[in-house]
Amino acid sequence: MKIKSQKDFFSGLMFSGVGAAFAIGATNYTVGNGARMGPGYFPLLLGVLLSIMGVAIMFKALTVQTPDGDKIGAWAWRPLGYIIAANLLFGVLLGGLPSIKVPAMGMVAGIYGLTIVASLAGDRFNLKEVLVLATILSIGSYLAFIVLLKLQFPVWPTFITG
Amino acid sequence: MTDLINNLSLGFGVAFTVQNLIYAFIGCLLGTLIGVLPGIGPVATIAMLLPATYALPPVAALIMLAGIYYGAQYGGSTTAILVNLPGESSSVVTVIDGYQMARKGRAGPALAAAGIGSFFAGCVGTLILAAFAAPLTEVAFKFGPAEYFSLMILGLIGAVVLASGSLLKAVAMIVLGLLMGLVGTDVNSGVARFSFDIPELTDGIGFITIAMGVFGYGEIISNLSVKEEHREVFTGKVSGLMPTKADFKNMIPAILRGTALGSALGILPGGGALLAAFAAYTIEKKTKLKPGEVPFGQGNIRGVAAPESANNAGSQTSFIPLLTLGIPPNAVMALMVGAMTIHNIQPGPQVMTSNPELFWGLIASMWIGNAMLVILNLPLIGIWIKLLTVPYRWLFPAIVLFCAIGVYSTNNNTFDIWMVGGFGVIGYMFIKLGVEPAPLLLGFILGPMMEENLRRALLLSRGDWSVFVTRPLSAGLLAAALLLLVIVLMPAIKNKREEAFVED
Repeated sequence: MKIKSQKDFFSGLMFSGVGAAFAIGATNYTVGNGARMGPGYFPLLLGVLLSIMGVAIMFKALTVQTPDGDKIGAWAWRPLGYIIAANLLFGVLLGGLPSIKVPAMGMVAGIYGLTIVASLAGDRFNLKEVLVLATILSIGSYLAFIVLLKLQFPVWPTFITG
Repeated sequence: MTDLINNLSLGFGVAFTVQNLIYAFIGCLLGTLIGVLPGIGPVATIAMLLPATYALPPVAALIMLAGIYYGAQYGGSTTAILVNLPGESSSVVTVIDGYQMARKGRAGPALAAAGIGSFFAGCVGTLILAAFAAPLTEVAFKFGPAEYFSLMILGLIGAVVLASGSLLKAVAMIVLGLLMGLVGTDVNSGVARFSFDIPELTDGIGFITIAMGVFGYGEIISNLSVKEEHREVFTGKVSGLMPTKADFKNMIPAILRGTALGSALGILPGGGALLAAFAAYTIEKKTKLKPGEVPFGQGNIRGVAAPESANNAGSQTSFIPLLTLGIPPNAVMALMVGAMTIHNIQPGPQVMTSNPELFWGLIASMWIGNAMLVILNLPLIGIWIKLLTVPYRWLFPAIVLFCAIGVYSTNNNTFDIWMVGGFGVIGYMFIKLGVEPAPLLLGFILGPMMEENLRRALLLSRGDWSVFVTRPLSAGLLAAALLLLVIVLMPAIKNKREEAFVED
């Protein structure tokens, strides 16, 4: 048995896996019957439907020939890692992590952190250029979000503003 | 007819206040500004700019959103023509002839044709919307839960029929979206479903976090995985904005055909604008070339004017199912539903009666938005082109930042930032697995609505599923959905459909 379309096979696997998880999860709630649907009824129905479709997609991926095997190809780990890390770092700097006592550093620190880490995802990295970009973004965001739209953001670190 | 005029004058009365005109202007400007950036389609643009409207009163917010929508779409066609990069699926056909025109130094006429065509189509579309909204709302009040459920099935099937790639995978994405929409507190029993005891999840997953994570971050990551040298950017000069006399002669019939086609197809639930653009281009291609006309695929102005008008007329009339029935026909409209809910408006037939200023004001502002786009864009084309030369390495950190700030500002809660990161990973996975994310968003919005209507329909019929086929309206809608599926699965059409998505 050879996988004839890698993309289809793994997407089918994902669909059936997620569908099964939802269906099993739904049995924890009252399912009820058609006339009196409980909270578990619709998710159970959809979960079963999704896993059947996932299996059908996998079956097709194993039987229908594709010209190039529909390879998934290499994962772009570098951009993936840096973009997501930049996003998470922004969250930590902006709001802090009270559970492990990381103080909130505010929006400006967050923008610098995000810009530097996100830029690492690109092909070229020039620290001076990135710092200029971060400064422009900070000023722009301050004017747009804080001054104009009056959003309630912590702008500066909490230990400065108190 | 007098009703129509009365309603429209009410609408224009609302929209023509200085304040609302300014919001429409800002919306168009911001929408074009973001929409013109390569790789950002209207969905991502609206999701990104939605938080900017939170602080506004509902009417102003919707007017601004409509402006953003048109701006984003027009910006998308600019990018398509100048950079050969369709920002959304419906400008895929604009790329073919538009980019060829740009390469020959005729980017100006191409952009003008897109602008003029869109404006004309927008005017017609708005009139049709205004004329059909009232009678369709009457029909909507005859709808029971069974009919709504069947209509949603039809809408969802209609949306995937046009998705590129595997039909089965697109349907599976819808079901996945429906399931994700069910996360959170069940309105009937108060049970928190699939929330894993996380308090933030009992309110459900925010649709902005999904939209930004999957469309914003997913796209950026996949763009960055392509080496810089392979991203072609147009740097040539744009000279001579106005189309020539011969251009106008060719363009006008194409615009008329595109508008007619777009208005008709846009009303259909499910991706009408996209289908309209494809169909309009095919029709132009079938008509005979005049002597001395440039062949299609080498920069024929009709190949830009027709799909752009069809697209714009279609996107205008696709507001009809949303405003009269409360059912979003595509991912952009799904975002509009989300935006309305945030402003405490439940889209549906009752909006017109309970909130006529909002309803007709919105329709009038659509026309104003269209007019503003032409006024704004034709003189400013030079600036948009400058924006296109901004290197991507400066652009993407800014996009990541706007997404992060955008999701945070919805609830002022860092939990949403963790969620959007997670959805970014999922979005990239979708791209790698070759599944289209737009049906997911549509399913996500419709999930709770579908469950509620199914529950009510079955409650009324005492658990008898046959209610969906014994009620004539509902049976008709289901039959239409089935017919759509059969048509797409017919071998001859199936091949054509795949061809259309691969070749063009």
